[in-house]
Amino acid sequence: MTTQILIAGFGGQGVLFAGKCLAYEGLVENKQVSWLPSYGPEMRGGTANCSVILSDEPVGSPIVSNPDVLIVMNLPSLDKYEKDVVKGGKIFVDSTLIARKVERTDVDAFYIPATSMANELGIPSLANMIIVGKMIKETGIVTIESACEAMKKVVSARHQDMLDANIKALNAGYNY
Amino acid sequence: MSEKVLMKGNEAIAEAAIKAGCRFYFGYPITPQTEIAAYMAKRMPKIGGTFLQAESEVSAINMVYGVAGAGYRVMTSSSSPGVSLKQEGISYIAGADLPALIVNVQRGGPGLGGIQPSQSDYFQATKGGGHGDYKLVVYAPASVQEMADYTIKAFDVADKYRLPVMLLADGTMGQMMEPVELPDAEIKEYDKSWAVRGTQMKREHNIINSLYLNPEELERTNFERFEKYALIEKEECLYEEYMVDDADVVLVAFGIASRISKNAVNEARKQGLKVGLIRPITLWPFPVEPLKKAAEHAKGFISVELSMGQMIEDVRLATECKRPVALCNRTGGMIPSPEQVLESIKKMLSEVK
Repeated sequence: MTTQILIAGFGGQGVLFAGKCLAYEGLVENKQVSWLPSYGPEMRGGTANCSVILSDEPVGSPIVSNPDVLIVMNLPSLDKYEKDVVKGGKIFVDSTLIARKVERTDVDAFYIPATSMANELGIPSLANMIIVGKMIKETGIVTIESACEAMKKVVSARHQDMLDANIKALNAGYNY
Repeated sequence: MSEKVLMKGNEAIAEAAIKAGCRFYFGYPITPQTEIAAYMAKRMPKIGGTFLQAESEVSAINMVYGVAGAGYRVMTSSSSPGVSLKQEGISYIAGADLPALIVNVQRGGPGLGGIQPSQSDYFQATKGGGHGDYKLVVYAPASVQEMADYTIKAFDVADKYRLPVMLLADGTMGQMMEPVELPDAEIKEYDKSWAVRGTQMKREHNIINSLYLNPEELERTNFERFEKYALIEKEECLYEEYMVDDADVVLVAFGIASRISKNAVNEARKQGLKVGLIRPITLWPFPVEPLKKAAEHAKGFISVELSMGQMIEDVRLATECKRPVALCNRTGGMIPSPEQVLESIKKMLSEVK
């Protein structure tokens, strides 16, 4: 089985980091994984996205043009990528930042107020991991245990204080 | 077995170079390969190596020339416009028969071009690039693991044959992360009695030079160098074949294009179409034999490239134009989709019967 994931939002929302975590979660479960960022001159506030593939077989092209799972953290990303999701795919929307609903009826849409939840939990920079937690719950792509395990590899030794915060965010999304 | 870690292709090159015993890196930042320089800047001082950000690419390649002449493993890296600047130095290094690694993480061109992935430096890498009669061994990795593995291999081949070697990647390969295993490499010892490291007053001076004012002598060095190239063509050519044996259409692609092509082959096979892929791992020496062999049964070839069609000329040469060779391409930083490749396959099948 191969799952193609596209995560998109503004630069600074942790879109690339969320993708990296997902890739590590796949690695923890011995899956084949790839992570490919959009790269460009944009910094915070510009657009950012990354392609993540988790598979039981070797990954071919690392470029995701028709995702099985789309995570969007701003409106331009939903506008741009909604049409690309495969039939029967899943779209995860940060409903704090995106007011509109998913228009397609042949996909499953999930809405989670990740940004306001992050603010309430006192971890305002971790809306990305809240939405990843929700995605893990709804897709079963990896277990929440693997996800938490992966965080230990992703959060650098310099920022160990952030480990608990990330795990808190994952669980908040998972249990939403 | 060492643990698998997620690394960017660029970082894997840098770490693999260190594992291969490279202790000298000279470069100048340019997207999309700057992570190599950044990684070296962090690591080299900790292991007694030298990282130096030169004032230009021209300067960096001449520093490489110097250290290579002293017989130490050395590298530089850049992206397309920067690699153009290095060409004079590369020609000198080739002319002086020195081992060195040059990495090109290609971006769209010509000119300053763009920063998105491209394969349009194929001609430059495989047909000389700089002036004079010379060649580089050119590796085209197609995964982060291969970025590491062929970096190590490149240092060995450079030392074994005394010549500059190029690792030709692209923006996608440099930026993507995949699991990679980086075991400690076995560092082979090569004879470096030619190096200029001081005579200790015990021997004649070694001279590193590419200037021969006597044409007979220059011709002789070129003849000798091409004997070496003939040996490399025999010994060092690498490629991967995927479902070629019964294929009616054979795709030819390297690097990122080969991964997209593999998706297209899998999809075509699902639809009952007999399609295969030949992936050159060395672009020079180019895998002529498997292409020649495939031309005996395949009805046509498609060169899949991120350029206006450069490798396609080598595909035509290798197959001696016995079969039609089509081009499936995007350029300027755009990337063909597996669907586009599949369409080319169907078009060719409808034309060749």
